[in-house]
This record gives sequence, structure tokens and C-alpha cells, in this order.
Amino acid sequence: MQIAQQILFIALAIAAVYFFVKKVKEMRRNILLGRDEDISDNKNQRWKNMVLLALGQKKMFKKPIPALLHLVVYAGFIIINVEILEISIDGVTGAHRIFAPMLGGLYAFLIGFFEVLAALVLLGVVVFFIRRNILKVGRLNMAELNGWPRNDANIILIVEVVLMSLFLIMNTADLSLQQLGAEHYTKTDSFWISGNLTGMFSGMSVGTLIGIERTSWWLHIIGVFLFLNYLPYSKHLHILLAFPNAYYSKLVPQGEAKNMKEIQNEVLYMMEPDKAPPAPTGDAPAPPRFGAKDVMDLSWKNLLDAYSCTECGRCTDACPANMTGKKLSPRKIMMDTRDRMEEVGKNINANKEYVDDGKSLLHGYITTEELRACTTCQACVEACPVMIDPLDIIMQLRRNLIMEESSAPGEWNMMFGNIENNMAPWKFSPDDRDAWVNG
Amino acid sequence: MPIKNMAEYAANGEMPEVLFWVGCAGSFDQRAQRITRAFTQILDKVGVKFAILGKEEMCTGDPARRSGNEFLFQMMAYNNINTLNAYGIKKVVTICPHCFNIFKNEYPKLGGTYEVMHHTTFLQQLINDGKVVLKDGGAFKGKKITYHDSCYLGRGNGIYEAPREVLQAFDTELVEMKRCRSNGMCCGAGGAQMFKEEEAGTTRVNFNRAEQALETGATIIAANCPFCTTMLMDGVKNKEKEDSVQVLDIAEMVAMSI
Repeated sequence: MQIAQQILFIALAIAAVYFFVKKVKEMRRNILLGRDEDISDNKNQRWKNMVLLALGQKKMFKKPIPALLHLVVYAGFIIINVEILEISIDGVTGAHRIFAPMLGGLYAFLIGFFEVLAALVLLGVVVFFIRRNILKVGRLNMAELNGWPRNDANIILIVEVVLMSLFLIMNTADLSLQQLGAEHYTKTDSFWISGNLTGMFSGMSVGTLIGIERTSWWLHIIGVFLFLNYLPYSKHLHILLAFPNAYYSKLVPQGEAKNMKEIQNEVLYMMEPDKAPPAPTGDAPAPPRFGAKDVMDLSWKNLLDAYSCTECGRCTDACPANMTGKKLSPRKIMMDTRDRMEEVGKNINANKEYVDDGKSLLHGYITTEELRACTTCQACVEACPVMIDPLDIIMQLRRNLIMEESSAPGEWNMMFGNIENNMAPWKFSPDDRDAWVNG
Repeated sequence: MPIKNMAEYAANGEMPEVLFWVGCAGSFDQRAQRITRAFTQILDKVGVKFAILGKEEMCTGDPARRSGNEFLFQMMAYNNINTLNAYGIKKVVTICPHCFNIFKNEYPKLGGTYEVMHHTTFLQQLINDGKVVLKDGGAFKGKKITYHDSCYLGRGNGIYEAPREVLQAFDTELVEMKRCRSNGMCCGAGGAQMFKEEEAGTTRVNFNRAEQALETGATIIAANCPFCTTMLMDGVKNKEKEDSVQVLDIAEMVAMSI
């Protein structure tokens, strides 16, 4: 019987890791569908950003209350996972609480500490649930979250409640069994929280208690394995990708737009033809698309951004266009990018390589009306705790609209004409540029 | 006050201390021209030897680039950088945060590297150095002022304090809006929105922002950008407060007080 449990545990663990790694490779492939972009400079600053922004959650603290709750849930969740190490060793070897005899009094202290964290996580998650579903905090209840995104958020919260509760029930049953002197249940000191809960199991038989303890133990670890494999399909993926995303984030001033070297050169060769390289002979490769029409035209960092987004909506909350009722929502830009990337990924899974499906990120997911509402104010960039840059995607899609589709509002076409002919966006004569001197 | 352009300086074999980059709004927009004149009055009064490019100045290309027309931006950048480099310009000051951002962050990659300052930082230094002294605590004694961070000076380039330091030199009360500094809200003009009708929505960005400014109870809304100034003035008018609340550029406020 014991050996069967061990085999089952090992099989489940292998399956969990196998499927997770498989999906991680798929995500990596999807991210690398994006254009190459060299982000290998300033390693020191990048490590510092990762520690401050991802581990330290520095930008979260602009909103102190959710920041504190988030820190508790996050720290609790991560630290409690140390316990997974013992659970895994027990699961493989068939031992029970293998560290208890080794660590002595420290063991009960550690488990007690984990229990306090578990209780804090429970509290935090319940507050999150209330904020999202009862208080209906604005940014957590926008239309773009209808359907799967809203369910995803609640599934995460419920799973955390279940996992933390199972952990506490398991410990309570264990302590009750210890009190009854059940065989196999190593005697430990009492744990801080479950030590006060044993009353609820008083009068139960050893058999029942073992049933409760084993069931909790199994459901907890199966829950952990399932949750691991749920991450890649969920906004919760940010617990992993916040780290690389902070590392690779933009280090130059937020106001700086990316240069387009190919167009810079084109203008240079037009103005100074002697600097142009000789025209290529034979079949020249097709020139790259100007700006981005689909996810493959974006940079890999834009795609990493999309996977890192946890849909908290701080960006949309700060967006002046969104605040005044325009269709633009920076969060939706990120969600659309991820959805389209996943769609392209599935296309590749089915066809070995991407087969044109007649769809694209631009128009298929993101409309011109959304793009044209952006004031490039960078409030979304500033607001993102994990350094996602929705504006960079918006700019690339705008470039495609203008330079590939010649799609601009009439007033912009007039503005372009004025800049070209009068060197100013308005229809004034360049000769009057210094007329103010005499005014 | 005679204002000389670079061609005149160059003809005499002279170099100014600084080139004043006026920008399109400062050159052509009637409201913004008042900011331009105010700033040149201060430069003249302090005795800063400055030049303008005059008819040789062109749009930096900012609205072209932000709307997605990279080709037009690159053409403007090419021409401007050629002009500036031909004159050997080292130092530039501008009254427009969009021009400032282009000079500071985007022209260097294209071969145009200059020391560039926004006029609010320039004014802060003149005040700190004692070169500009506000008469009698300035022209706005006892009034309440609120300050609007422009996106490209604030979030774009992290300059939040210099303009505030200038305002603190006035004998007035500076009150902050709820959204200020890195949380500041756009006036609605950036990203080439200035040059087109707003997309459909429930209200206009500048109406919303002007309401936030009016909520502070300030009678002066201080700005650092000619586009913000226009947008906020429209927003104040929308609330029919233009008789009691003024929107002024920091340069105008200083010029009125020296």
C-alpha cells in the first residue's frame, strides 16, 4: 500500500514537471516569434531592477494597501512552498515529516511560521476576493475582463484559499494523531495555528483522522501540481515572468521612442546618394514590414510583456484616454497581444509552422480607434509594477497604420503636408516663423 | 529688444551662449508667442547672449513620429541636425517639452548631440544663481497656484522639481492636484492629438484635467508647455472660469515679476 502511494506520487510529480516544461518551451518559442532586439547592456542596473521591482515590488507601493496585502500573499505563498521540499521527499521515500526528527524544536517553529503565513495569505486572498467581487474596485471590473479573465482571477483566489486551508487541516489532523499516539506520526512540538484547532477533530478515531490527514496531504500536493500547470494559461504567470520582465525593462528615459534605423538610412541615402550601398543584385530579401501588424513584427520583449501581464489594470486606470471614455485600454492592448500570440502558437502546433490564418493583431484584435486615442503620455508605462510597456506596442502599430496602410485621419494628413511643405504642423508660411520678434 | 539669429552671429564670427529653440507653437501660435516673448525678455534682462535659428528652424518632427510617420520625422531630424551641426551649436534651450525630449533623447542617435535644457530648468538656475530676482515676491502675491506636469518633462524625463522650485520663489501658495508628478494626467495634446479631433468618448481629456486643476481652488494654473497651456485654457473656458482663473506658462509668470 505504501509503495503504491510512492509510485503514484513519483508518477504525478514527473507528469506535472513534464507538462509544465513542455508548456514553458512552447511559451519560449512563442516569445521568440518576435523580432530580435538586443537587450544585453547594463547588467548591473538590470539585476538591481529585478531585485527592487520584482522581488521588492517597489512600484506596487504607489497604492499602499493593495501593495501590503499583495506582499503578504506573495511572500507567504513563496515561503510556504519551502514545505514542498519536505512533502516531495516524504512522497518519494514514503517517510512522514522527514525533517521533524532532524530539526527538533526548530521544526515546529518553522511549520508554525509557515502556518502564520498561510493564515495571512488566507486573509489577504479573502480581502482580494472582496475587493474584486463585492467592493467592485473599478479597474478590476471593466468590460474587457468579462468572461475568462474574470474567472481566471477568481480561480486563482479560490485555489489559494483551498491550498492554504488544506495545509492547515493537514497539520491539525497530524497533531491530533500525534496526541493519540498513532503509529508513524512523529511526535513534534505543537504548531502555532493548527495547535489551537485540534478541538475540531476531538473524539475522532485514528482511522478517520488518518483519512483526513492523508486526503489533505494528497489534495494539497495534487493542487500544487495542477496549479503549476495552470500558470501558463493564467494571468498568474506574472509570479514567474515578473522577474525576467523587470530585468529586460527599458532603462532609457520613458519619453524616448525607439529609433527606426532602416528609415533613418533611407532618408540618409535619399539626401546623400553617395552614401548609399550599391543596389543588391539578384533576389533581394523582402524588406521588413514598417511598424507592426502582427505579433511576429513586435519585439520579443513586447511578447514577454504580454505573458507577464496580470491584468491588474493600473495602466488603464491611469490612461487619460480611457478615463475620458475612449476605447483605448492599455491593459486590453497587452491582453490582445497575448491572445493573438497564443493563437499563432496553436497554429504552429497544428501545422508545424505558421500558416497564414488571415488574421492579425492590428484590426483583428486592436482597432485603429483604440490606437488613435493614445496621447503617448506614458502614464500606462509608469503605472505598471512589472515594467510592461504598452506604449511601445501602440507606437509600432501606429507606424504600421501610417507607413504601410497610409491610414491616417484627414487632419493628420494635413499636418504631415504642412510639416513637409511649411516645416510646421500648421499652415503658416515658413517665412513668418520669426514674425513674433516684431509682434 | 533686438533678437539675433544664428546667421547673423555666424556672419560676425560670433557664438551665442545658447541657442533658443522656439518650436512651432512658440513661433506661430498667438497664445504661445506670448510665452516666447516672455522668455526672451528674461534672457535679455539677465543679459544672456542667445540666438534663434529664425527661418532656418523647422519642426523637430515630434508630431510626425508620435503619430507613426517615422519617415517624415527622420526627414525633419536630418535637416535640423544638419543646420545645428553646421553652426556648431553646443547648447540649446527650449520652451517646449516635446522639442526638449526630441533633443535630449532622440536626436543623439541620429548624430545630433547637444546640451539641452527646458526653459523651466534654465529659469531655476537663473534664480538659484541670483541672476533673476522676483520683485516684491512676484506678481501673484497671496494667490493660490497649482502646477500641471507636462508628460514629456515629467514622466518622460523625470523633471518634476525644477519648475516647482521656480514657483516656490514666488510669494504664493503652491497646491498640488491629486494627480501630480509621476501620476500627473495628460492635457490631451500629446501623441499628435493636438492636430486632430479627439476620438469619441464621454468627455475631453483637457476638460477633465482642467476640472482637476480647478478643484484645487487655485486661481493660477502654471504650465511648462505651450500645448498644455492651450488645452488647459480651453478646459477652463469650458467651465466658464476664464475670468477668475488664469493659465500661465512659468516663463510668463517670471517675466511679469522682474
